[in-house]
Amino acid sequence: MSALPAFTNAPAENTELDLTGIRADFPILRQRIHGKPLVYLDNAASVQKPKVVIDAISECYSSYYANIHRGVHLLSERSTMAYERTREKVRAFLNAASIQEIIFTRGTTESINLVASSFGGSTVKAGDEIVITGMEHHSNIVPWQLLCERTGAVLKAAPFTDAGELILEEYERLLNSGRVKLAAFVHISNALGTINPVKTMVDLARARSIPTLIDGAQSVAHLTVDVRDLDCDFYAFSGHKIYGPSGVGVLYGKQSLLEAMPPYQGGGDMISLVTFEKTEYADLPNKFEAGTPNIAGVIGLGAALDWLSALGLDTVAAHERLLLDYATAQLLEIPGLSIMGTAQQKAALVAFTLQGIHPHDIGTILDREGVAIRAGHHCAQPVMQRYGVPATARASFAVYNTRDEVDALVKALWKVKELFA
Amino acid sequence: MNDLRDLYQEVILDHNKRPRNFRVLPQPTHHADGVNPLCGDRVSVFLDIEEGVIRDISFQGAGCAISSASASLMTEALKGKPVNEIEHLFEAFHTVVTSNAECPKGLGKLSVLAGVRDYPSRVKCATLAWHAVRAALEQHKQPVATE
Ligand SMILES: Cc1ncc(COP(=O)(O)O)c(C=O)c1O
Repeated sequence: MSALPAFTNAPAENTELDLTGIRADFPILRQRIHGKPLVYLDNAASVQKPKVVIDAISECYSSYYANIHRGVHLLSERSTMAYERTREKVRAFLNAASIQEIIFTRGTTESINLVASSFGGSTVKAGDEIVITGMEHHSNIVPWQLLCERTGAVLKAAPFTDAGELILEEYERLLNSGRVKLAAFVHISNALGTINPVKTMVDLARARSIPTLIDGAQSVAHLTVDVRDLDCDFYAFSGHKIYGPSGVGVLYGKQSLLEAMPPYQGGGDMISLVTFEKTEYADLPNKFEAGTPNIAGVIGLGAALDWLSALGLDTVAAHERLLLDYATAQLLEIPGLSIMGTAQQKAALVAFTLQGIHPHDIGTILDREGVAIRAGHHCAQPVMQRYGVPATARASFAVYNTRDEVDALVKALWKVKELFA
Repeated sequence: MNDLRDLYQEVILDHNKRPRNFRVLPQPTHHADGVNPLCGDRVSVFLDIEEGVIRDISFQGAGCAISSASASLMTEALKGKPVNEIEHLFEAFHTVVTSNAECPKGLGKLSVLAGVRDYPSRVKCATLAWHAVRAALEQHKQPVATE
């Protein structure tokens, strides 16, 4: 503790006391990997699930599962109610104005593709511009590239500093061309941990009447998001990164925009009337939810939001802040280790390289010590190119991680150095 | 730690630190790049083939210890070999890194990579350079493949 900056209002003792209970909620954490206790530090890729989420999915399938929105029978009614209750939970969680603004998707990737295809396809023309940042995940790059290929629009990326902080002036300069149809940017970078000044970024765009999309894949599990306060037009996130199941995600969109947009996919559930001559589309949000959705997955997501809200995002953020500071200090003690991404505003993940040792080798050796991290380009190759590295190792934290686990990571990294000495 | 030594044998660590034939051939008859999309690792191989024999072979690129060492060991193993032996050697090598079958004979030093079989996620690293060589050979008539 002595090596750490003092945190006057972060109750380290309390947080650690609570952790026993929190960890007990996660059955998967109780196992050993290669004979060592599992130290799961790959939470930015996907986070583990509390038992309440596993149980909610299991209960859906074992006691009330049926297709939704189409049955007169009791099971269908119960499934529909549970599914729609989650929509209200998501609305409250994001502080959206209405449940009509909450669309269930397969994940962040599909949410962004929906906007690129529907909003982009109907509003973007040749010569128009889409502005992103240099620190995007591939899922907030490629859908726009595809759109640009289809339409002849141009994709522009705002650069960031060596520390991994967006250069706001450059972002603003890109918005000034008069041709920008959308600004789409990541809230928290999965490759650097940078928390972007999204409110300012939305304001700058709004001042020029440019709609905004925020990729919230890495943020919703770590800080409070209020879409009305942000005043963004679209906000996307994935269930599996917020203690919920994979295969389900959310797109928040402002009602006026969603209403004006054409459907994304056609099929069942998204229509109000179909004849062979003409189809009338259903109202929001069903217009964007064609076909049978991931019913149990959505219900599981609802349970995850309940679990996280009961814990409180402030508690989560305080604990993760401690972990980040502790991990950063401990890791920097290792000779030859450099951290990529040192933004002032940073989420609890540390991307690093070890001189002369490839991240893949680090990942394999750590795994044998029970420590799970990610090694690679983190689906953010432009970020790797920016720093001139092929890959990094990344330890990313969740609320259930402990300081002892940081110690285990550091100890395992010393073993890596020993082996490669 | 001991089982890790099975993967990271001294020979592998040595070839990683001091890769052999790590250079660009100025006028290769065959050349190709191999990419591992999983990790972004990239290896370029260069071959100089004369009358069906690999006169010279080299590689460049950035990768993990397994892929670097494997590329380095491969260049040593292939130099001077007739082209029509490559496929056979690759098959034998592939067997060694993917199955628990007994080490096929004639692999020489390449068999130090046998430890990879216990690390399925690393098989691609060990075979990357080999795939690049096969790709280079497939682009037969082209003297130099250009990007
Ligand atoms: C910043 C960011 N955006 C988007 C995604 C894509 O999320 P998904 O794969 O759940 O669609 C991820 C996941 O790694 C991410 O970290």
